[in-house]
Amino acid sequence: MKRGEIAVLAGASGSGKTTLLRSINGLIPHIYPGEYTGRVVVDGLVAQETPTYELAKKIGFLFQNPENQIFMFTVERDVAFGLENLGVPRPEIVRRVDESLKLLGIEGLRNRSPSELSDGQKQRVAIAGALAMGPELLVLDEPTSLLDPRTADGVVALVERLNSELGLSVLLVEHRLELVAPIADQLVILSGGKVWKSGPPAEVLSSEGLHEVGLSPPTVVEVQRRLREAGKWPHGIGLTVDAFCSEAKEIWR
Amino acid sequence: MAVIELRDVAFRQPNGVVALDGVSLDIDKGEVIAIVGGNGAGKTTLLKHLNGLLKPSSGTVRVFGKDTREQSVAELSRRVGLVFQNSDHQLFSETAEAEVLFGLRNFGFSEDEAAKRTDEVFRYFGLEHLRKRAPLTLSGGEKKRLCIAAVTAWNPDVLVLDEPTVGQDYPSKLRILETIRRLMEAEKTVIVVSHDLEFLWPLWARTVVMIAGKVVRDGDPEEVYSDSDLLESAGLRQPQLVTISKMLGRSPSFRNVSDAVHWLERREP
Repeated sequence: MKRGEIAVLAGASGSGKTTLLRSINGLIPHIYPGEYTGRVVVDGLVAQETPTYELAKKIGFLFQNPENQIFMFTVERDVAFGLENLGVPRPEIVRRVDESLKLLGIEGLRNRSPSELSDGQKQRVAIAGALAMGPELLVLDEPTSLLDPRTADGVVALVERLNSELGLSVLLVEHRLELVAPIADQLVILSGGKVWKSGPPAEVLSSEGLHEVGLSPPTVVEVQRRLREAGKWPHGIGLTVDAFCSEAKEIWR
Repeated sequence: MAVIELRDVAFRQPNGVVALDGVSLDIDKGEVIAIVGGNGAGKTTLLKHLNGLLKPSSGTVRVFGKDTREQSVAELSRRVGLVFQNSDHQLFSETAEAEVLFGLRNFGFSEDEAAKRTDEVFRYFGLEHLRKRAPLTLSGGEKKRLCIAAVTAWNPDVLVLDEPTVGQDYPSKLRILETIRRLMEAEKTVIVVSHDLEFLWPLWARTVVMIAGKVVRDGDPEEVYSDSDLLESAGLRQPQLVTISKMLGRSPSFRNVSDAVHWLERREP
């Protein structure tokens, strides 16, 4: 994965996505036992030789259910928690918490209790907590799966903005490929603990055999793939309905 | 005959929030119905009224003609089986097998009958190899199937699925779709709550749209999913096949990918 890239990691249940994420933030091999070969390097640090608290400074980690990671009595305290744990001086904490809250547009929630927030707001609080640590890489494990489409769109737009404005590298695990493929630089598909295919999303999603590894391409991609198979689609594969329809209207006026 | 009848149902939470606001709905025997809406629209609150977990603050809910206020949750659950969104909230036994047996024993099935039905559902849902496993160690898809199996084992007349596709991968979604279709064939009444319209589209079910505790539309899928303004205000996303149909000027909408491909193939450039 290159610096500043948005990479999407996909694969059926049991394909190894969570295991891979745990290898990146060092929980494997430091916490979870097992047989380990190969090397994971995160921004120059070799994961198996680096304590997890050092890796935590580089990697902001977001779980599927924000309730599993926000737990303080106020939003502000929650966002500050990671920094307090690392012993960052207080004025620095205040500055970074302010900055994160502002970036996510949740300054107004500062003194609220996370438990009374909506699901979309909770997800933003969790992201703010990760960002306050000043990570190089943001790792999100199915951040939208509990959210309705509008709220999910908001989170995806936010991730895209953080990537383009802060140059933050993003690794995103997601089942809803129609939602994230359009913002991804690279799509990596895992199957049976191996990389089945990786590359530009349009190329990977229109390749043969995707169903066999337990994934379904977005409907609009499947339509183009089938048309191309029938020799009726001379264009590249568009990832959005808009892109497809404007090309289609050119062919079939 | 309506198996479920809601008349002007309102539900106010103890904190004063009105979660349901004058909902009226008739659901017939053998009908498959989708209830859609964004987070917080009141979908789950509505479902909890169907098996008596909640009773309306005003208005009436009748299940098989009888007011839910006059029936216990146990009586109602025998006829209306609810599969929760979060499988972890439903599963608690030490083995998958015990999970299925639990409901059957509770409803008074004999040991022989309970054993027979348990065998049946494990076969039907392809879970036989997991019978002795602890439910909480199963994958998300396996847990979901186990929850559905445990409820269908006692053969309720109405099956209610709350957001069955959340966190499920593609093979698991296909199995859930297949399960719903088989229940349709068995003339069961199935109520699916979801915000995943991409999943619901091929089911082609009557669709009820909820916004802020109210039913704002109740119609056939073509009508409901074509109304992009309605979906937008409900926080939902139009199924891609419907958007493609609209943009390319095809009506009615493509029902599946093959439909779209064949229609375009036949057109002259």
